[in-house]
Amino acid sequence: MPEKKIRVLIAKPGLDGHDRGAKVIARALRDAGMEVIYTGLRQTPEMIASAAIQEDVDVIGLSILSGAHNTICPQLMKLLHDKGMTDVTVLIGGIIPAADIPALKQSGIAEVFLPGTSTQDIVEFIHKRIPRQ
Amino acid sequence: MSEKSKGTTQTAPPAETSSTPRAPSAKELAWDKNTLQPTLEKSPERQQEFTTISGHPIRRLYTKADLPNWDPETDLGFPGDPPYTRGIHSTMHRGRLWTMRQFAGFGTADDTNQRFRYLLAQGQTGLSTAFDLPTLMGYDSDHALSEGEVGKCGVAISSLADMEVLFDKIPLANVTTSMTINSPAAVIWAMYLAVAEKQGADWKKLSGTLQNDILKEYIAQKEYIYPPEPSMRLVIDTFEFGVKNTPKFNPISISGYHIREAGSTAIQELAFTLRDGLEYVEWGMRRGLDVDEFVPQLSFFFNAHSDFFEEIAKYRAARRIWHKAMVERYKSKNPRSWALRFHTQTAGCSLTAQQPYNNVVRTAIQALAAVLGGTQSLHTNSLDEAWALPTEFAATIALRTQQIIAHETGVTNTVDPLGGSYFVETLTNEVEHGAWEYIDRIDAMGGMVAAIERSYPQREIAEASYRYQMALDKKEKIMVGVNDFVSEEKSLDVLHIDETVAHRQAERLSKLRADRSNDEIARRLSALRAAAKGKDNLMPFIYDAVKSYATLGEICDAMRDVFGTYEEVAIT
Repeated sequence: MPEKKIRVLIAKPGLDGHDRGAKVIARALRDAGMEVIYTGLRQTPEMIASAAIQEDVDVIGLSILSGAHNTICPQLMKLLHDKGMTDVTVLIGGIIPAADIPALKQSGIAEVFLPGTSTQDIVEFIHKRIPRQ
Repeated sequence: MSEKSKGTTQTAPPAETSSTPRAPSAKELAWDKNTLQPTLEKSPERQQEFTTISGHPIRRLYTKADLPNWDPETDLGFPGDPPYTRGIHSTMHRGRLWTMRQFAGFGTADDTNQRFRYLLAQGQTGLSTAFDLPTLMGYDSDHALSEGEVGKCGVAISSLADMEVLFDKIPLANVTTSMTINSPAAVIWAMYLAVAEKQGADWKKLSGTLQNDILKEYIAQKEYIYPPEPSMRLVIDTFEFGVKNTPKFNPISISGYHIREAGSTAIQELAFTLRDGLEYVEWGMRRGLDVDEFVPQLSFFFNAHSDFFEEIAKYRAARRIWHKAMVERYKSKNPRSWALRFHTQTAGCSLTAQQPYNNVVRTAIQALAAVLGGTQSLHTNSLDEAWALPTEFAATIALRTQQIIAHETGVTNTVDPLGGSYFVETLTNEVEHGAWEYIDRIDAMGGMVAAIERSYPQREIAEASYRYQMALDKKEKIMVGVNDFVSEEKSLDVLHIDETVAHRQAERLSKLRADRSNDEIARRLSALRAAAKGKDNLMPFIYDAVKSYATLGEICDAMRDVFGTYEEVAIT
């Protein structure tokens, strides 16, 4: 029986509409053999958490460029925790000042990918973290 | 190029195209055989193929053979004369330098007012306002969805009271102001006009620009509220209002900038922007406006990316396409409608978070391309903008970059110094040809609104953006400090906007709501709702609501009630 593909939810929280990064990552992960669901724009933490549960994903990738990460991420992590979704790997890509990274990781974010990260690095990170396929 | 006839939308292709066969001279053939080939045998070139950053192929050498039917008198022409290849003014930057217009906005209106006054004191010659995401999306600072976003990406403006603070001690009669606002543009413009009125400024003399380009929001930046149809109505309402009341104000800045930032090629940026422009012209004409009355007020906004010559070719081709379209499609008789005026901003997407001081160099080269391409105004990005809004230190260097180009390099001494270059003229022709192909394709779909509804430009841009990312990943294209020449560096001190901005805004808003006449607000908003259901121009209704201190969110909600909201089909 073929192994189940890694399932990834790419989400764009907040009011920002700059979706270039989210779309590139969605396509790169799909090209790397993963099952990718893209939420579209302006997702609240509640919408992202429900989509993650409904789609039973292994990974949530958040694209945040607007500076709202310190508000959005703790809310999302709390929701995931409350809903018992503690085994999902949550990644952030975007513009995140170095000073904010330790607190984000402490809240359970697995990794923060800054501008200029190659798509291969992200694919490799996910494969290492979820060793299947 | 297709020769299909589509009524008034038929446009002839440019005279010469990249497909014309190349016929080198005997001398060129001899050079190829005797000089070039022996060199190539000994030392092959660094790459098999050379392309622009957009992937457009570039030849080793350009000669007369690349411009077979090219006539300098007609294809190049003279500056200030059609087809405006060399610029829209006869003396260009010898007569008047471009407007140095740095985009600024953060925190509260008071924070941004101080930055504006600082920039003007440093010799900046125009203002440009960046609004925060809640304002861009038509939400007040105290709306639930505004949480975490207030004052972060620009200034928070929720009512006329904020706008009064934003332009405090700045005489709007004398300073030209650009405002980067799209879906709620009519509302923000009404606030601006109300402040001008309070200052005693004559509306007829007000000069500035509203971005107000909703089509590129659906295509690229995605800050839309309403569906395309009512959004376009609002845009045309501002055109109509402007023709009557503010003849020197540009009610729109038709923008390629964001299309390019979303990952398009240079040709896509040019084509989609100009096709957007044609769409606005057609909607204006359908409203019954006279082309030669409103088109002179339309302005454009392009990106200045790093591929120097491709960008210069793009600006030159833009002017030629617009002139041709105005004369041939719309039978315009007014030369002021033919001349494409544009603002330029250096490419934010070219800035690197790594080794940020390198961004000063990138920005300088991009700015130089904009100047050589004949821009009317320019914003140069700051070195720290891959991380945050700029600090005062970084913003000052960015402004100084323009002043150095203007006053030290000598590039302003003559008009269109690259005109007549075999390479630049060929590339201008090719970029123009590529853009016309896209314009024809969009015409065949029934115009830009129809193309957007089919996600056509969105898909083309996503493809181009993915191709570029793959080229970076494979190191076929190099970004210094990112995928090559990487080094360790210490982190930069960046501007930090804290949550006190949101608290201060929330307090101001609750005070405003307590102090104003809420009965009057209710009356104004219901009048606006009723008008939105009909066909009247909405600007006077919005203006009345603004003057009674209805908030941005309340006014946008009134229109949401009638127009509904738009959700795109997400493509990846």
